[in-house]
Amino acid sequence: MSVLIAKRLVAFVLTLLATSLVVFTVMRVLPGDPAAIILGTGAREDTLLALRQQMGLDRSFVAQYLAWTGGVLIGDFGTSYTYAVPVSQLVAERLSVSLPLAVFAILLSTAIAIPCGVVAASRRGRAGDLGISAAAQLGVAVPNFWLAMLLVLVFAVGMGIFPAGGFPGWEAGLRPSLKALVLPSVALALPQAAILTRVTRSAVLETLGEDHVRTARAKGLTRRAALWRHAVPNALIPVVTILGLQFSFLLAGTIVIENVFYLPGIGRLLFQAIAQRDLIVVQSLVVLIAAAVVVVNFLVDLAYLAIDPRLRTGSGDVD
Amino acid sequence: MSTDAAAAGAGSGASAGLVIGLAMTATFLAVALVALAWTPYDPVAMNMADRLQGPSRAHWLGTDLYGRDVLSMIMAGSHNSVLVALVAVGIGIGIGVPLGSMAAATRGLADEAIMRFADFTFAFPFILSAVMITALLGPGSVNAIIAIGIFNIPVFARVTRGASLPVWRRDFILAARAAGKGRARIAVEHVLPNIAAVLIVQATIQFALAILGEAALSYLGLGAQPPAPSWGKMLNEAQTLVAVAPHLVVFPGLAIVLTVLGLNLLGDGLRDLLDPRLRTRVG
Repeated sequence: MSVLIAKRLVAFVLTLLATSLVVFTVMRVLPGDPAAIILGTGAREDTLLALRQQMGLDRSFVAQYLAWTGGVLIGDFGTSYTYAVPVSQLVAERLSVSLPLAVFAILLSTAIAIPCGVVAASRRGRAGDLGISAAAQLGVAVPNFWLAMLLVLVFAVGMGIFPAGGFPGWEAGLRPSLKALVLPSVALALPQAAILTRVTRSAVLETLGEDHVRTARAKGLTRRAALWRHAVPNALIPVVTILGLQFSFLLAGTIVIENVFYLPGIGRLLFQAIAQRDLIVVQSLVVLIAAAVVVVNFLVDLAYLAIDPRLRTGSGDVD
Repeated sequence: MSTDAAAAGAGSGASAGLVIGLAMTATFLAVALVALAWTPYDPVAMNMADRLQGPSRAHWLGTDLYGRDVLSMIMAGSHNSVLVALVAVGIGIGIGVPLGSMAAATRGLADEAIMRFADFTFAFPFILSAVMITALLGPGSVNAIIAIGIFNIPVFARVTRGASLPVWRRDFILAARAAGKGRARIAVEHVLPNIAAVLIVQATIQFALAILGEAALSYLGLGAQPPAPSWGKMLNEAQTLVAVAPHLVVFPGLAIVLTVLGLNLLGDGLRDLLDPRLRTRVG
């Protein structure tokens, strides 16, 4: 098992390095001089030269890459061209919106999907299963940003229960802030829940047919007890994996949903940075988001090794 | 997401799903084809006198802020969805399938390298790729195609590898090797035909995901640019008009949902039909 973990760890570090290198290279080949962007078109040549020197832009590609990754490792991503504050500070501020949004969405989608998936599997072919499966099939096809607009139409414009967009800031109080995150979380969670419901249903159906569940029933356990004590815990292994893999879709979804609701989170910052050609912010955010995906996938791999004893012997292949 | 999501859907009513999915997909493609030659109105022609009208006999799905006919825009917008999805899935198949085949045929170091490359590509959700490409080249439909295409490569590489591995262990492959055929030739002549069904199903699913992805990118302004009609862009323009013209939000969204739903039903139905293992196990 330790060999497998070591292999995963090496792959994890290599993926992170490759990610940072690709993003850094793409940002370096972009047309435009960051010094000219900061100082504007009327800047004098000697001022531009001095700023380029100060920013390290006159150094070689390798030296710039090493300086940047060295900074990233200690949390120094550089300074935003447009906001003139450290990128790490900007990211921390925006995370206070994006992180709760993502956490609410994951909790909500899991809370909906697992019971629905289990109920559908346990009532296979009956009305409950057909209803849940049809709703899930529809949910997978709904774009989250369209759902978000429909939610705004009904609950903000129509009923006036929730705000249509914006975020008052945590300092304005817990209640208004949480209220501002309800519709975005629901818009993000429901399509994810649809996918997870289908995965849960399939996984539970598969484990329900396995020998150990049949044995449990033969020993006298009720159908309900066999389902919850034996089938569901085993079915959750693939569900956890999918939950981890969905993380990257959730991040992508967060970027879109923040733009629908004008939430000052990471996704909105990314788009503002693109519009303002604030490349250091774009570069940092892309690397951070990609790194988050890689870290979560790595943790899922480790969880998989921990949960599934067959893989610990080294005979399994997590791919 | 896609593989498991679709695999999870097998169940009763699968053949009905296949028929409904086929009918919906055929309708979508027929509308796209008809729109090549005819739409009720010019989808880009503005008519300020008729702006923001609700559904009527003259304009079945109403008009937008500039008086453009929504039905004509939705019909014309289907081209963008079909084009982006087709090319993006084509990129995924064109690069991913050879990579996956090579990984399964050679195993060892090449396999490891290809799978790690797949892991690496997975680190970039297509929106991130699109963001980087936009920063590099500016916004446009080509961005959407490249970004979604890149996202599709590891998907097809993984599916091809996973489906090919058991085929490589079959007796007829051993016979082909004994007959002196090389790995590449065996992969093309014997393995690929045996996994074609899996790839067709996956292509259907990725096509649906590509339509959703294109809509999201166009909505964010990273995909199709004006005046080219696109469903995502129509929703973007409708966002500030939710309260005054809800039809502008409802109809383009319904077009996306119905198209993706049809493709998903078709993909699930084909999977059940073509993969007997899954049919006996789950269905």
